[in-house]
Amino acid sequence: MNTVIEVDGLTKRFGSFTAIDGVSLRVEENRICGLLGRNGAGKTTMMQLLTGQDFRSAGSIRVFGEDPVENAPVLARTCFVKENQKYPDDYKPVHVFRSAPWFFPNWDAGFAERLIADFRLPLTRRIKKLSRGQLSAIGVIVGLASRAPLTFFDEPYLGLDAVARQTFYDRLLEDYAEHPRTVVLSTHLIDEVSNLLEHVIVIDEGRIVIDASADELRDSASTVAGPRTAVEAFVAGRQILHREDLGGLASVTVGRLDAADRQAARAAGLELTGVSLQQLVIRTTTIDSPDTEGRRSA
Amino acid sequence: MDESRPIFLQIAEQIENDILGGALAEEGQVPSTNEFASFYRINPATAGKGVNLLVDDGILYKKRGIGMFVSEGSRERLVAKRREQFSQEFVRPLLAEAVKLGISPEQLITMIQKEGSQ
Repeated sequence: MNTVIEVDGLTKRFGSFTAIDGVSLRVEENRICGLLGRNGAGKTTMMQLLTGQDFRSAGSIRVFGEDPVENAPVLARTCFVKENQKYPDDYKPVHVFRSAPWFFPNWDAGFAERLIADFRLPLTRRIKKLSRGQLSAIGVIVGLASRAPLTFFDEPYLGLDAVARQTFYDRLLEDYAEHPRTVVLSTHLIDEVSNLLEHVIVIDEGRIVIDASADELRDSASTVAGPRTAVEAFVAGRQILHREDLGGLASVTVGRLDAADRQAARAAGLELTGVSLQQLVIRTTTIDSPDTEGRRSA
Repeated sequence: MDESRPIFLQIAEQIENDILGGALAEEGQVPSTNEFASFYRINPATAGKGVNLLVDDGILYKKRGIGMFVSEGSRERLVAKRREQFSQEFVRPLLAEAVKLGISPEQLITMIQKEGSQ
């Protein structure tokens, strides 16, 4: 398996603010990878660095084995769908799709046409007059029909309704199955995409807090609930991610449990439930870390 | 899909259930990995992992260039495997709940017989 993205010790500072703080990561070829995290966690900055749209402060980036900055061959194989893509003032969607083949050698005009129909995008209305959702649809169509070997979607669907989002997921999966490629998807709608992802990277305050396969993450945490004394006895000595109390009852989220653990919990009359990817991300990005302070002064 | 367990295990279980229930006949063709992926809206690699689990177990086999098929005798093997798990997965929780409600094993047997005769 080839590695498409290799990042080592990557740091990006804006004045005294450290947006990306010594990050190292790998993304393998032909994976759909989720880049998740809270607002301001560093997701967009990361994508801008990976697509050569911004300069790093320290560390190294390899995309298709090369530095992406000012690197035309690498960038021709990369598509970056931004949350706030700007277009020239008098542009209409038709202009965007007509110029797309200049930048994306794999552009599939037929596929783009199908997507335009799916999203009911008015082609000849001025982009300035489009709704937020329609604007997002342009980006999604460009991202899919460009069939770039490496595609970044940064919050691609602001304002898209539920039907349009489902269309995006379905078309992405269909087309990915026929034309495998590497996709990095950043989103806040984690529950919606969790089944599409093969790999998950969670970034918080410029650092990576989770970098694992989606399958691994699925059973990496469980919530144990029941009478407080029984729960306390069971979770003693385990890594505790979250805790909630209600009267004499407790509900505690702990790390991975093996089959014996599960049996022991059930025998103790405790209830076990899984933790969704979204819950897991919330749990791992809300814990106060002692070195949070250091980020501002770095 | 259940959030807490790896999806590929759930896909494998779903295929097993279809074989047990007769929806997938022995020597019948199984949908492709991509068909599973788009039907369940999951990553194709994950669907492939689930299918391969059953290939490794000998429940499914590959015909090169044609697709994936249900092995002969797989239904019987699945029945045997599921029977082994039956006690742990169904009987034990049933007993635990009965104890909570003060239902004796004898009363439970009567209840089962009554439901079974309906």
